[in-house]
Amino acid sequence: MRLRLESRSEPSRAMLVASPLLAGGMTLGAGFLLFLVLGQRPGAAFQSFFVAPASSRNSLAELLLKAAPLILIAQGLAIGFRANVWNIGAEGQLTLGAIAASAVAIRFDGVGAGWLLPAMVAAGALGGMAWAAIPAWLRTRFHASEILVTLMLTYVATLALSYLVYGPMRDPQGLNFPQSILFSQAALFPNLVAGTRLNVSVFLPVIATAAAWLFVAKSFAGYQMLVGGLAPLAARYAGFSETRSVWLALLIGGATAGLAGVGEVAGPLGQLLPTVSPGYGFAAIIVAFVGRLHPLGIVLAGLLMSLLYLGGETAQITLQVPYAVTGVFQGMLLFCLLGSDLFVFYRVRSARGRRRPRVDGRP
Amino acid sequence: MTDLVVPLLAGTVAAATPLVFAALGELVTEKSGVLNLGVEGMMLLGAIASFAAATTSGSLLLGVVCGALAGAAAATLFAVLALTLLANQVATGLALTIFGTGLSALLGQGYVSLTLKGMHALALPMLHRLPVVGPVLFDQNPLVYLSLLTIGAVHWFLYRTKAGLILRAVGESPESAHAVGFRVIRIRYLATLFGGALAGVAGAYLAVAYTPMWVEQLTAGRGWIALALVVFATWRPSRVLLGAYLFGGVTILQFHVQALGLAVPSQLLSALPYLATIAVLVVISRNYQVIRANAPASLGKPFHPGD
Repeated sequence: MRLRLESRSEPSRAMLVASPLLAGGMTLGAGFLLFLVLGQRPGAAFQSFFVAPASSRNSLAELLLKAAPLILIAQGLAIGFRANVWNIGAEGQLTLGAIAASAVAIRFDGVGAGWLLPAMVAAGALGGMAWAAIPAWLRTRFHASEILVTLMLTYVATLALSYLVYGPMRDPQGLNFPQSILFSQAALFPNLVAGTRLNVSVFLPVIATAAAWLFVAKSFAGYQMLVGGLAPLAARYAGFSETRSVWLALLIGGATAGLAGVGEVAGPLGQLLPTVSPGYGFAAIIVAFVGRLHPLGIVLAGLLMSLLYLGGETAQITLQVPYAVTGVFQGMLLFCLLGSDLFVFYRVRSARGRRRPRVDGRP
Repeated sequence: MTDLVVPLLAGTVAAATPLVFAALGELVTEKSGVLNLGVEGMMLLGAIASFAAATTSGSLLLGVVCGALAGAAAATLFAVLALTLLANQVATGLALTIFGTGLSALLGQGYVSLTLKGMHALALPMLHRLPVVGPVLFDQNPLVYLSLLTIGAVHWFLYRTKAGLILRAVGESPESAHAVGFRVIRIRYLATLFGGALAGVAGAYLAVAYTPMWVEQLTAGRGWIALALVVFATWRPSRVLLGAYLFGGVTILQFHVQALGLAVPSQLLSALPYLATIAVLVVISRNYQVIRANAPASLGKPFHPGD
C-alpha cells in the first residue's frame, strides 16, 4: 500500500498539541534502543535518567535551576524564530552577558549596596544585546546571514571569555587558576529555598514568559513580526518594516540570553569561569521548537530539557554512561519533533483509497 | 624567502582541504535547492567513523571510505526529515549538528587517547620538483589531490553534463522540473547524500590525515565556515577553492604569528578565522543583487508535488 500526503487546509490544532507528545514518546523509544546498545539495562537507565532527577527536594530545585536559563533564552529566541530571524548564537550572547555582569561585580567588589545586583542584571542584558546587535546591524545593513554571523560570534565570545579569565579578570590571589574572584554576597541572587541552590533568578523566566505572551498575543509589533515571518511579501505590502523586525528579534534574544548569563555567574557559579554554560544557548533552540514557539509550551519544554541535562549527570555518576548521551537525546528529541510535525500540516492517506476529486470541487 | 613562503603556502593548502571538501559538498546540495545546516555534525560523524575504522583496521583508505559513508548516512537522516517529511530545513540542519556533536562525542569515548599514524605525503613524480608550486601543491597527502580533482569534477558535472543541468533546474524551479517529469525529491536526495559524503570526507581528512587524532568537537566550527564559503563563492565551485585557501591562509598565519611570540593574545589569533568569516560574508552579501542572482531560487524551500 502506498501512502501519500495531502495538505490540510489549515494546521491541525489537535496535532499541534499531540506532536510534541509523540516526539517525546519516540525519543524515549529511541533512548531505549540507545541504552541497549550501550549495554545498559534500559529500566535502570530510565530510572536514573528520568525519575531520579525529579524525586527529591534538592533535585527538584536543581531541575528548576537548570530550566530557568533554558526557558528564559527560548522565550527570547522564539520571538525571533516566528519572524524568521535565526539567532542561533544565544550561547555567545549568554557568554557576553556573563562577562558584563562579572565586570560589574568585580569592579564594585565589597560594595555591599543593594544596587549592585540590579546593576549586574542590567549590564548582563546590555552585554547580550550588544553582542546580538552586531548580527542585527550586519544583516539589516549588509544582508549578511544572521545564522552564520551569530554562530561565528559564539566562537569569538568563548575565546574572549577565555582571554579575560586567563588575563585581566583573573583573581590575583587565585594561584593562577583561570577564574575570577568569588563574588561578594551583594553580587549574588539571594537564596530561595534553604539547603538547595535555588535562588531568586528563577523568577526571571517567569517574568519573561509573561512578557513574551503579552508581546506575541497583544502587541502590534509582535503581530507585525509574525506576519513578516509567515508572509514576508504581505508584510512588506502592509508597510511593516523588516529592519525593525530583525533588530527587535535579535535584541530581545540577546537580552534574554544575557540575563541567563547573569543567572549563572550570580547564581550557581558565583564567579566567572572559562565555561559558564553547558550549552544552554543551543539547547534553548530545541526548547523553543519543542515548545511550539508558544510561551507556555516553552515552559514545559524547558522543564523537559532540564530533566535531560540532570538525567545525563545522574546517569554519568550512577551508571558511568558518558555525559554525551545528553547531546544525543537533545538531537533525537528535535528530530522526532520535526518529523511528527508533518501531521500538523498534512494528512497521510493511502494512495489506493484515493478518490478523484469531483468536478464541482466538493470532496 | 622561499624557505619561509613555501611552508606557509603548503600549510595553507593542508589547512584548507577540509573546507574545500565540505563546501563543495554543500554547494552541490544547495544547487539542488536544499539548505543543509548540518555540515558541522556530518563532519564530526565522518571524523569519528573514519578514525575508529582506521585505528581498528589499520587501513587509512578504509577510514576515509567509512567517513564518507557516515557523512552520507547522517545526510540521509536529514533528507528523510526535510525532503520526505517536509520539515523546516534550517531547524533540521541545526538538529543534525546538535545530534552529530553529541553522537560523535559518545562514540568517540574510547578513542580519545589513541594515536594513529597519519596519512603520508605522496610526492607526485616530476611535478613535485617544480619550484614553489611543486612542494606547495604536489608534495601533499592523497586527499589533497582528491580535493582538487573533486573541484574539477563538480564543475564539469554541474556545467557540462545533462544531469548537472537537471540538478540546477531542480534548484531553480522545482515546480517546472516536476512538470517536465523529473523526480525532484529523488534528485534532491542524491544531492544531499553527495553533500553528506563530502562532509564526511572532510571530517575524515581532519581525523586521519591532518591532526591525526580524535577529540570532541574536532572540527571546531569548520562546518559552519564551509557554509559561509558557499555564499562567498556565490555558488561557483572554482571560487570555493579561492575562498578555502584564503581561510587556510588565515589559519596558518595565526600559527606562525603565535610561533613568533608577538605580544598578541593567543585567543585573538584563534578568533581570526571566525572574524574573517564574518568579514567575508559582509563583503560578499553587501551586494544583494549578486547573491540574489547566484543563489538557487528555491534554496531552503520544501517541495511537495501537488501542493
